[in-house]
Amino acid sequence: MSQQFYVSPEQLMKDRADFARKGITRGRSVAVVEYADGILFVAENPSRALHKISEIYDRIGFAAVGRYNEFENLRIAGVRLADMRGYAYDRRDVTARGLANAYAQTLGTIFSSGGEKPYEVEIFVGELGEDAAHDQVYRLMYDGSVADVQGFGVMGGQSEQVEAYLGEHYTTGLDLAGAIKVAVTALGQDTDPVRTVEAAALEVATLSRSRPQPRKFKRLTGADVEAALRV
Amino acid sequence: MLPEGTRLTGSSSFADYLASTAPELMPGAASRSNGAHSDLAPHATTIVAATFDGGVIMAGDRRATMGNVIAQRDIEKVFPADEYSCIGIAGSAGLAIEMVRLFQVELEHYEKIEGTVLSADGKANRLAALIRGNLGLAMQGLAVVPLFAGFDLETQQGRIFSYDVTGGRYEEHSGFHTVGSGSVFARGSLKKLYSRSLTEGDCVTAAVQALYDAADDDSATGGPDLTRRIFPVVSVVTSDGYRRLADEEVGAIADDVIGGRLVRPDGPAAPLN
Repeated sequence: MSQQFYVSPEQLMKDRADFARKGITRGRSVAVVEYADGILFVAENPSRALHKISEIYDRIGFAAVGRYNEFENLRIAGVRLADMRGYAYDRRDVTARGLANAYAQTLGTIFSSGGEKPYEVEIFVGELGEDAAHDQVYRLMYDGSVADVQGFGVMGGQSEQVEAYLGEHYTTGLDLAGAIKVAVTALGQDTDPVRTVEAAALEVATLSRSRPQPRKFKRLTGADVEAALRV
Repeated sequence: MLPEGTRLTGSSSFADYLASTAPELMPGAASRSNGAHSDLAPHATTIVAATFDGGVIMAGDRRATMGNVIAQRDIEKVFPADEYSCIGIAGSAGLAIEMVRLFQVELEHYEKIEGTVLSADGKANRLAALIRGNLGLAMQGLAVVPLFAGFDLETQQGRIFSYDVTGGRYEEHSGFHTVGSGSVFARGSLKKLYSRSLTEGDCVTAAVQALYDAADDDSATGGPDLTRRIFPVVSVVTSDGYRRLADEEVGAIADDVIGGRLVRPDGPAAPLN
């Protein structure tokens, strides 16, 4: 008969956290930057089809790092949740806070339940406000913890170096080109020596207040990004 | 917590998801009784659509009726379905507006999940499925008969689809179509006014003329309301996307049309041969 060894809960949680963190750091970083006109998401992603950044609702965007199948699953669930709430109530009743709560509880339950392996993902959920002071960005960790992001945030890969660079060079009230430039330069700080990330390898999207349509999410083309980097 | 079912991989259809997780929210789900109810709920009336080189226009009058009573004077019956299509409704107004809302979410949902827009035919087919779901109520007199028009990004032209209550989908190749109680009069009018060489502006004028003719002979269709300045809703869909004409633009066209009718109440005369 096989003997079950005692593992302390602390050790169990630590092992699960280490496992999740290891999976997340394997990929490249994703940065989110608040600028004067809205929220900018920048990811290093050579694929044109498999997105790390997506639209959830009129004013809500989503960015993720980690295992594709897991965050894609969460993204689709988020779109369903948002569309269902907007249909049952009203479009204005769909909020990033509600979505972040749903994600946090789901990730937390999966993390602490013995059955499933923890999700190896981290997520940004951003909501565009009426003005820059009301923009909200939430960062969700693999264990379901939520943090409020102020100004900028980075997750995945070697995020410490990227975040340190942004901390030094980010200023409030940037224009779009300035925000793209600082975010893209920051993403290149993850190696020593520092590298330059090509526009073709980037996935860039914004939630922009200046967009006249109710759906504020917009993907920027390679040409847009190149033009911003040249300024 | 994400609700039950949201994390399961399934279809990209919001309507299917809604029907499986919250069937009570489907249009018309609440009422299942016998007998005819057509006089109990407001009815929306005439919609016209016409294509031109590079797009399509759709216009609808502003009247909703309930039996002999005018239920609303400024109802809107033409809506954007997504960026490149629009939908106009005739029939039971409450159900139709609910169906439009569902259709709008359906298209947007597909776009977000799949990362690409549905083809024009794909959109038309989804709408047919939603109408078919309402067949039970249609048999009790609460029919919904929309008109769907859009700009096809593949063929770069405007297209019009009409429907029957059973969800039958018919593409209109004649370049124009009308639905609703005043549709026979509006269609007769467009037959004489419409040609494929019309520009966008001409098409709008022809549509306003057709709605005037419908209002002239159908009590359930509202004409331009000069005292309250209520004019038809006119939408244009081109490669630039959906655009609703401002009230001032439509008002100016309606003023011209009415000016002409003061001289000749039956409208422009078509040549005899």
